[in-house]
Formats: sequence, C-alpha cells, structure tokens
Amino acid sequence: MENVHAVAAPHAHDEQHTFDRKLIWRTFRVLLYITLFELALAIGYYEMTFSNPTLVKHLLNGVFAILTLAKAFFIIAEFMHLRHEIRNLIMTIAVPALLFIWFLTAFLWDGNSYKNLRNTYDRHHLEQSQIKVEKKEAPESEEPGKLH
Amino acid sequence: MAQAVPVNQNMWSGGKSPFKVEYGKLMMWYFLMSDAFTFGAFLISYGTIRFSSNSWPDPNHVFRTFPIIGEMHIPLAFVSLMTFILIMSSVTMVLAVGAGHEMDRKSVLKWLGWTIVGGLAFLSCQAWEWTHLYHEGAWWGHNPFPNIDGSQSSTNFTNFFFTITGFHGFHVFSGVVINIIMFIMTWRGVFDQRGHYLMIEKAGLYWHFVDLVWVFVFTCFYLF
Repeated sequence: MENVHAVAAPHAHDEQHTFDRKLIWRTFRVLLYITLFELALAIGYYEMTFSNPTLVKHLLNGVFAILTLAKAFFIIAEFMHLRHEIRNLIMTIAVPALLFIWFLTAFLWDGNSYKNLRNTYDRHHLEQSQIKVEKKEAPESEEPGKLH
Repeated sequence: MAQAVPVNQNMWSGGKSPFKVEYGKLMMWYFLMSDAFTFGAFLISYGTIRFSSNSWPDPNHVFRTFPIIGEMHIPLAFVSLMTFILIMSSVTMVLAVGAGHEMDRKSVLKWLGWTIVGGLAFLSCQAWEWTHLYHEGAWWGHNPFPNIDGSQSSTNFTNFFFTITGFHGFHVFSGVVINIIMFIMTWRGVFDQRGHYLMIEKAGLYWHFVDLVWVFVFTCFYLF
C-alpha cells in the first residue's frame, strides 16, 4: 500500500504540469475572438436581407457548430489540461465522447422525420402551423426604458 | 502533448499510477463525462423537438434587451457579456490552479476570489434575464413569443430554455459553493498542511466544465 500512496503524492507528476501563463492567456484570446466572430455573424445575419434566408441560416448554423466545437476543444485541452495528460487518460475521455456522434445524428434525424411524416399525413397540423398570428408588440416597447 | 510512455516500462504492472493522475481527479473526470451526457441528453432533446417543429421563435427577437439601457436593438448583447464573464472566470480559475502548483497560498486566494466574483456576476446576470423574461410573460408553460414565420408558437421554446439554463445555472451555483469552500480551506491553510493543492484542481475541472456547457447552451439557444 505504501507504493500507492507514493504515487498519489503531489510531486509524483509535477514535471508534466508546467503552467504556462502565456498559453492560458492565448487560449483566452482565442475563445474571445471566436465568440466575437460568432456574434458578428449572428448580428450580420439579423441586419442583412438575403434572397434565400433559409439556406444562409443553415450554412451559418454549420459555421456556428464548427466554431462551438473549436471552443470546446480549447477549453478541454488547455483549461482542463487534458492535452497535457497521459495518452491513456485522453483516450478514456475521448472514446466514450464519440457516442455523441450517434446520439446527435439519430435523434435529430428522428425529429426531422417526425416533422415530415406529420406534415404529410396530418394536414390539419400543417394548416394550423401556417396560420399567422397578430404580431403583438413586445411589452418593453410599450414602456420604454422601464426597468424590470 | 501527451506524455510518452517508455517502451519497456509496463504501466499496468502495479506500483504506479497508469494515468499519472490522482484518484480523485480521475474520478472527477469520469463524473464530468456522465454529467456531459446528462446535458447532452437535454440539449439533444431540445434539438429533436426543434427539428420536429415547422417553425421556432427567433432568438434575435427574444434576447435583445440589456439592463438599465432598456431596449438597445442590439441582439445578443447581454448574453455576450454573460459569456465573457464566464470565460474570464475560467481564466482566473486556471491561474488559481497554477498558483496552487507553486504552493503560493496568497495567489490561490486572490485568483479563487476573482473566480467566485465572476460566478456570482454570471448568476446575477442570469437572475436578471430570467426576471426580465418572466415579466415579458415567458415561463414554463407560457410563451409570448411568436414563431419567426409569424405563426403561433408552442410552449416548447420556453420550457426548454428555462429547464436547460436553469440546470446550467444550478451547476454554476454549486460551482460557486465549491469554490467558496475551497477558498475557506485555502485561507485556513488546510492545503499547506496537506502539502498539495490537488483539491483546487478538482474544483477547477468542475468549474471549467460549467464554462464548457455554457458554450453549447449559448450556441443552441442564442445563435441557432
């Protein structure tokens, strides 16, 4: 049992934990720039008009998904320090996380399929979802500058 | 980079840790894996419902207000501030972990203190946003926002929004509580007596995970 305690002792793995403050701030800047870029895209889409807004929105969502995964990578790799751990440890985290690929694909596909089936066979639902409602003014525009 | 294992050294023959991390830290990683799947299940069920709907409310319309200034007509400004606060508090947490490695008690206290401030600031922002949406008539079971194509929306949007941001906010809250406990333990010199600051690392992993989840919540609710 003494060996086990020796391993758990803090200095046993000190040599792999060299904290590089420059790297931390660089990671912070990367995360900040990605987020600002995402906002610029979202606001740009909101301000501009397109001939095919649905297609542009779909492309934009793809870009957002990729940028989000990039941010997740930087947080896990640098802030959570996983990139600097031993390979076996990285694999016990990364391999189970691959389940998300199936998880996401299967469920979104299912949702989309349900929508299509319902629109095809439930005409009432389709008609109901096409009725426009009176556009209500948002409450805060009635009370400009009011604090809630 | 990943640590290379010497070729003729058997990592699994006992007597040493094959992962070169302390037991508690490894278990924190596995807990976070399970928590990631919990959040994943929430967000993917949101995605499934959204994919099965013909239309959905427009986030640029819903999230466009900023406290004090009122309606700014700059969509997403307030949530950007919340995101910035959370990323910033993640940086201060890394710096606290780094200071812990150098057994620098004062720096640990300083950076942990800033992390707690960041967490409380985020929670305050979220409390404001929830209150604001509540006053606009949004709550579980109530959705005042029409779909982006002008059709009548269901309550799915608000139900998912409050459930998922609420669950995330609960994680932030428990993270702040954990950080406060770490702060008190550091202040009392518990880790100096113990000879290491590994507890700060475990609290740090949890805190970064909260930041990580927010990255996905931000994309799913405010950008998509």
